Amino acid sequence: MAAVELANQLKAKFGELLSAPSEFRGEVTLKLADAERIAEVCEFAKKSLSYDMLLDLSSIDNYGEDPRWTLVYELYGTGHGCHLRIKTEVSEEKSELPTVTSVWRGADWHEREAYDMMGVRFRGHPDLRRILMWDGYPYFPLRKDFPLAGKPTDLPDVAFTKPAPLEGGPFVTVAGGKDSIAREPRVRVPEN
Amino acid sequence: MATAQTIEFRDPASRVAAGAKSLMPEAAPASAPPTGGDDGELHGEKMVLNMGPSHPSTHGVLRIILELDGEIITKATPDVGYLHRGDEKIAENMTYTQFIPYTDRLDYLAPLANNVAYALAVEKLLGIEKQLPPRCQYIRVICCEMARISAHLLGLGAFAMDIGALTVFLHTFTEREKIYSLIERLTGARFTTSYTRIGGLSRDLPPGWADSLRKFCDEVEVNFAESETLLTRNRIFVDRTRNVGIISRADAIDYGLTGPNLRGSGVDYDVRKAHPYLVYGELDFEVPVGSVGDSYDRYLVRMEEMRQSVRLIRQCLAKLPGGDDNDAKEPINVPDGKIVLPAKDKVLTSMEELIHQFMLVTQGVNAPPGEIYFGAENPKGELGFYINSRGGGTPYRLKIRAPSFCNLSILPHVLPGHMMSDAVSILGSIDFVMGECDR
Repeated sequence: MAAVELANQLKAKFGELLSAPSEFRGEVTLKLADAERIAEVCEFAKKSLSYDMLLDLSSIDNYGEDPRWTLVYELYGTGHGCHLRIKTEVSEEKSELPTVTSVWRGADWHEREAYDMMGVRFRGHPDLRRILMWDGYPYFPLRKDFPLAGKPTDLPDVAFTKPAPLEGGPFVTVAGGKDSIAREPRVRVPEN
Repeated sequence: MATAQTIEFRDPASRVAAGAKSLMPEAAPASAPPTGGDDGELHGEKMVLNMGPSHPSTHGVLRIILELDGEIITKATPDVGYLHRGDEKIAENMTYTQFIPYTDRLDYLAPLANNVAYALAVEKLLGIEKQLPPRCQYIRVICCEMARISAHLLGLGAFAMDIGALTVFLHTFTEREKIYSLIERLTGARFTTSYTRIGGLSRDLPPGWADSLRKFCDEVEVNFAESETLLTRNRIFVDRTRNVGIISRADAIDYGLTGPNLRGSGVDYDVRKAHPYLVYGELDFEVPVGSVGDSYDRYLVRMEEMRQSVRLIRQCLAKLPGGDDNDAKEPINVPDGKIVLPAKDKVLTSMEELIHQFMLVTQGVNAPPGEIYFGAENPKGELGFYINSRGGGTPYRLKIRAPSFCNLSILPHVLPGHMMSDAVSILGSIDFVMGECDR
């Protein structure tokens, strides 16, 4: 069964909550309007549509836009071999959505990582601790307003960080820059 | 009295039954000394043991906090992140091409395979994966399979060494050294290959290299046979791996295991077969799967995968468009000056190529806005890249789906109930790389 048909079945079940399936490079993406329903949608996708594996969970910081966070769930069915992407958005004030660990146990570490890197919390997660950084680290390093060089921190007897010497770099272009100033490789500080 | 013992290789059903029995919750404590209680409190008899981050069997910097009841593990809490370098953050701050060297450092036992997976992901975003010249695709498959053999040789050697069979390690390392010499001739570096480019390869095969690889294929098969005689029917090895660390089919899928660990549990899922990329669809190979899902099955799956990899390399060498030394001058790059750097002599003499060169170096490949996920079958499992592009030469967000990260997340589920010494066997059979897990 094609991924589009499965996506349409999911859409038929949840109606207006889900956007119409969009296709890019042969992959089907559904956008979920209400992040509070993510666990329910995933539960149905797993139980009725046999998406038995959560391949990946990514978090995106849409810095300067509202809602700020986008969560991207990559679903896969080992039986039918179809891939499906479900995206949902969470505002910065809320920064919280339900966990899907009850659907796939593999979501545990993925959600901890999203929390660690972006600071989005997953309600109902059994053990929502930092995973890559250490407990007590004060920042969320994948946020767009966190500088590439890092920030100084010190947690006595655990770990410390110092900003990395970038020697004027990184000299990078801005994704989707409007004019040549934006596209030119130059030092970018998130604040300006 | 010493009597010959038989090993029931051909009876997976009884092994499944035995395995299920040994995993029953009450089976393990029955033989263990009485404990304080199940209220989660330590009652003197239980002990917390810190394993790692620097422990020989953690192959890098994995730390596991084990709660022991005598010699039985009652709780395992892995602690990862000691090798976190912020690769995803770095990726957002450079062009797609500049990130290729960072992919070398993900699964640093198979850098070539990471290079290929990353290049394919960006090419999928650009929509040019169908335009890749055939020669490039065949060379990439050869690279992936060499990386697989090299990674599995190390994985098996280290696995065997951890549980006491040191000789295997020396055997496999000899072969691995030959692969590294081949890789050095091919890419200029033994370890940090950075061999692929967006839309092609950094260079073609050096003269005579294909013959060396053929010779290596013949030699390594002898080595497989030797390693196998040292392990597959070795009583000690079998005792320490069979019915140890059984991962059921459902658990493996639920925890998102991929690669040999998933196939060891009997799930016939290999990205190369399920969603063929490059020229895997035209090549003949088989996907080995296990029947029980124990450490022994994962070992057998890896052993067979290496043989299949040799088979794939031989087919690629036979079919390689342009022949060994490319006398026919088959292209290895996409013929698009806006994606692949033009030839240096053209840059110095032609205006258009000069502009392309300048734009590619300063701004990178102009990717369309959109998002893709691409997963490739790497030695450790499915290495996936999720790229969110807002246009331009830099990803807005690049997420790496590291197979070792997902594979390790099953440890708290699989370790409890086993003996402390089995933990070493299980870790070895899961075959992870922390560089990839921590990113």
